[in-house]
Amino acid sequence: MKTTGSTFRFRTLAMTAALGGACLGMLAPEASAQESRRRRGGAEAAKPVELTAEHVGLLTKIADERRLNVDDLLAAAKTFMPSGRHDEYVLFSSGGQSGQVFAIGVPSMRLLRSIAVFTPESWQGYGFSGDNDHVAESLKIMGKPVLWGDTHHPALSETGGEYDGEWLFIGDKANARVAVIDLRDWETKQIVKNPLTISDHGAAFVTPDTEYIVEGGQYATVLGYGYAPPEQYKEAYRGMVTLWKFDRVKGRIDEARSFALELPPYWQDLADAGKRASDGFIFINSFNAEMAAGGVERGEPPFEAGASKRDMDYLHIIDWRKAEAAFKAGKAKAINGFPVIMLETSVAEGLLHFAPEPKSPHGVDITPNGQFIIVAGKLDPHVTVYSIDRVKRAIAEKKFSGQDAYGVPILDFDAVKEVQVELGLGPLHTQFDDKGYAYTSLFLDSAVARWTLGGEYESLNSDRPWKLVQKTPVQYNIGHLSAAEGDTVSPDGRYLISMSKWSVDRFLPTGPLLPQNFQLLDISQPGATMPVIYDMPLGVGEPHYCQMIKADKLKTWKVYPEVGWNPHTQRLDPNAPRQGQEGVTRSGDHVLVNMTAVRSHFHPEHVEVNEGDTVTWRITAVETAQDATHGFCIGAYNINLSLEPGEFAEFTFVADKPGTYPFYCTEFCSALHLEMMGYFHVKPKAVSATDADEASGAVVAR
Amino acid sequence: MSRLLAAIVGPRVPEDELRARRARYLAPTLTLMLARLLLLVSVFLPYWHMELVAPQYPNGLFLTAHVSHLSGDVREIDGLNHYIGMRPLGEAAAFERAAAVWAILAMFLLVEGAAFVHSRWATLLALPAATFPIAFLVDLHLWMRTFGLNLDPDAPLSSSVKPFVPTVIGEGGIGQFRTFADLGVGFWLAAASSALTIVGFYFHRRAYRPLTLRAGAERTGRAA
Repeated sequence: MKTTGSTFRFRTLAMTAALGGACLGMLAPEASAQESRRRRGGAEAAKPVELTAEHVGLLTKIADERRLNVDDLLAAAKTFMPSGRHDEYVLFSSGGQSGQVFAIGVPSMRLLRSIAVFTPESWQGYGFSGDNDHVAESLKIMGKPVLWGDTHHPALSETGGEYDGEWLFIGDKANARVAVIDLRDWETKQIVKNPLTISDHGAAFVTPDTEYIVEGGQYATVLGYGYAPPEQYKEAYRGMVTLWKFDRVKGRIDEARSFALELPPYWQDLADAGKRASDGFIFINSFNAEMAAGGVERGEPPFEAGASKRDMDYLHIIDWRKAEAAFKAGKAKAINGFPVIMLETSVAEGLLHFAPEPKSPHGVDITPNGQFIIVAGKLDPHVTVYSIDRVKRAIAEKKFSGQDAYGVPILDFDAVKEVQVELGLGPLHTQFDDKGYAYTSLFLDSAVARWTLGGEYESLNSDRPWKLVQKTPVQYNIGHLSAAEGDTVSPDGRYLISMSKWSVDRFLPTGPLLPQNFQLLDISQPGATMPVIYDMPLGVGEPHYCQMIKADKLKTWKVYPEVGWNPHTQRLDPNAPRQGQEGVTRSGDHVLVNMTAVRSHFHPEHVEVNEGDTVTWRITAVETAQDATHGFCIGAYNINLSLEPGEFAEFTFVADKPGTYPFYCTEFCSALHLEMMGYFHVKPKAVSATDADEASGAVVAR
Repeated sequence: MSRLLAAIVGPRVPEDELRARRARYLAPTLTLMLARLLLLVSVFLPYWHMELVAPQYPNGLFLTAHVSHLSGDVREIDGLNHYIGMRPLGEAAAFERAAAVWAILAMFLLVEGAAFVHSRWATLLALPAATFPIAFLVDLHLWMRTFGLNLDPDAPLSSSVKPFVPTVIGEGGIGQFRTFADLGVGFWLAAASSALTIVGFYFHRRAYRPLTLRAGAERTGRAA
């Protein structure tokens, strides 16, 4: 009368299996199960289009009514984005004098967002956080607020010469500053002011692995914000290039590991870092080798004439790895506390060489393989192409045609020049595609020139090398241009943006101040086919350069990773009040407000202080749903925050204006958005004195 | 006392009988073993899902119920529910969720015990496991009903959203939301476990009932 041993063994086995199964059950990730459920309601697959005679009739009718031709219809078909469909590329554009960055979807050319950088921007709550606002602090120069910037050149961070979609840098020409934007939350994280120069131009450009962010100067001054009269221009004025060290882990420029090189007072212009074959070099144009000091008021030739007199200016060729070694070896001298490699050191160490370039050029752009350096003529109808192999050989063999007034060796022009290609009037900037073509903006011709590259690019298309292939008119006065990933080691081709500076008659009149015209060109076909397919007015600032990145490279957060997130430190903030920790506490005349914001109320809703109290206010947006953003403003106290889902913010101010101030949510968050408000009571001094007994307690919250 | 225990546990199978008809006696053991296994695994899997879709939530909101906890967009759903005056979901079935794992462990042991007990009392031991899925659904429905019918009359949307009974399985709607509820893998495992328990007891009775009857007859015979 006993059960058999085999059954027992079997039972033990089954128990083990059960536990194993249980473990498997735990492994089955709940999130992925949910994701697969989510996909159930995903976008419908596009069905092949079949145009019936009826459709054709309808299209013809619309085209007739709207006076559209077949090219227009095709352009519309290439750019139209149905609701909910996402663009393939994102264009990060400088915002010029707006001090901002704009993000635009390509090919739809829809403005997605602005990113506040050098200018306070109220929607993003950028610079409206009271007295200790870190944004306001970062916008100060020499202790005083400078509340605008002239953003010129955005630079996406690169890995191996490819955009990696992690960071965006941008320079402020007016004030020689560089900003760091984190592309996880699209917010500016850092602004550095150049300690040497007041203004710049060659910023920002990155080395192929974002080791350094290049900030080239422009108008020579006395380095370190010094003074010297214009008569001492040649002796005292200097140009410079700064190499800002970027610390990817911290997400910040490391000023202590950054350095600069002193340059002659030739106005340095655009810059680019070499890549692949030319990795290790930085190239910078210049346009005042004459060292004209102006003085039209004294009967001297104006700068525009004086700085354009000579036939040649100098392409600066800097060996940045050697410069880095010199800096690390302590061969820099401190100016205004910042390490600068002086000109004589650069000459002695062979860090800097010049190559002659036709007078007053503008852009210097490097082909994707790094082989060719292309300098656009601006006042010369050619682009001048240098070969890096020739440059390296000329440096090694010391093929110099002389040296400049500061002893910098000048490479022999014919030794380093590969070819000159005549394109048209006013060539400024060059970009590249995947089919062996280069694209150069022609400012005076108001056109985009497509021309062929030589060398290893010859085989990529059927056109002869180093030849102009097509000029497409653009409207008007094109400055920069930007092809899809067109300044990386592997351009995509397909799309090109013409940043046309004048729009004249392209849009409805908007008063005497007109929008810029961002024009989209379809560059997917080879040869002479390169139509403009979209005009986008941009009525904010005057953008300069933009970069176009494949949208799927961006790893953008949908909401902050955790509730209580501090976007400034990019981590959970220990001071972020959580639900249940709300309240108002006083210590002396300092009042601490711990607040939460959730649809659709603030907690607490009444905050009472005495006139003259210092108030530190902390708010956590207790939200996790995408787009459930709140705002928070206190009228008359110049405070407005954008509280994105999960975000924590803190600000401090002095309650120096007695009265009753409604605070409210400035972002239409929910059906009860208007009810999402409260009162900030500032008791006048006279009243608070009589209430002194009451207020002496630690807690004044209701 | 030992006689009573013997009566409950029922007769043991003689060795020769067991050797002769191995399949007959192994069938209930194996079936009930599988039932136990499925029930145990189900603890780790979701029993019930609800998807809520509204214009401003194009990707939907998800609520998943395990026997022991809720997961998914609970915070967001609670946030929305406060507009209609529904209590936070965390307050629903708190006891059940706290007790669930122990209850299932107990059911597991009871079925384990049932495999040893050869008398009809075994049926009683297996009853909780057999009825568990139904009990889960009934409990879920009652809680949803309680929550849906007892909305805070002072809630902001009380004038436009009246008390209602949320749909436990299938499509429902509340405000601008459509709700789609269905049963999860965990529930189906528990249901399969329940079915296997019932089948197991068919085998159990088929195997042991004759023994019980024979033992009864023997006892009666001895007594006579």
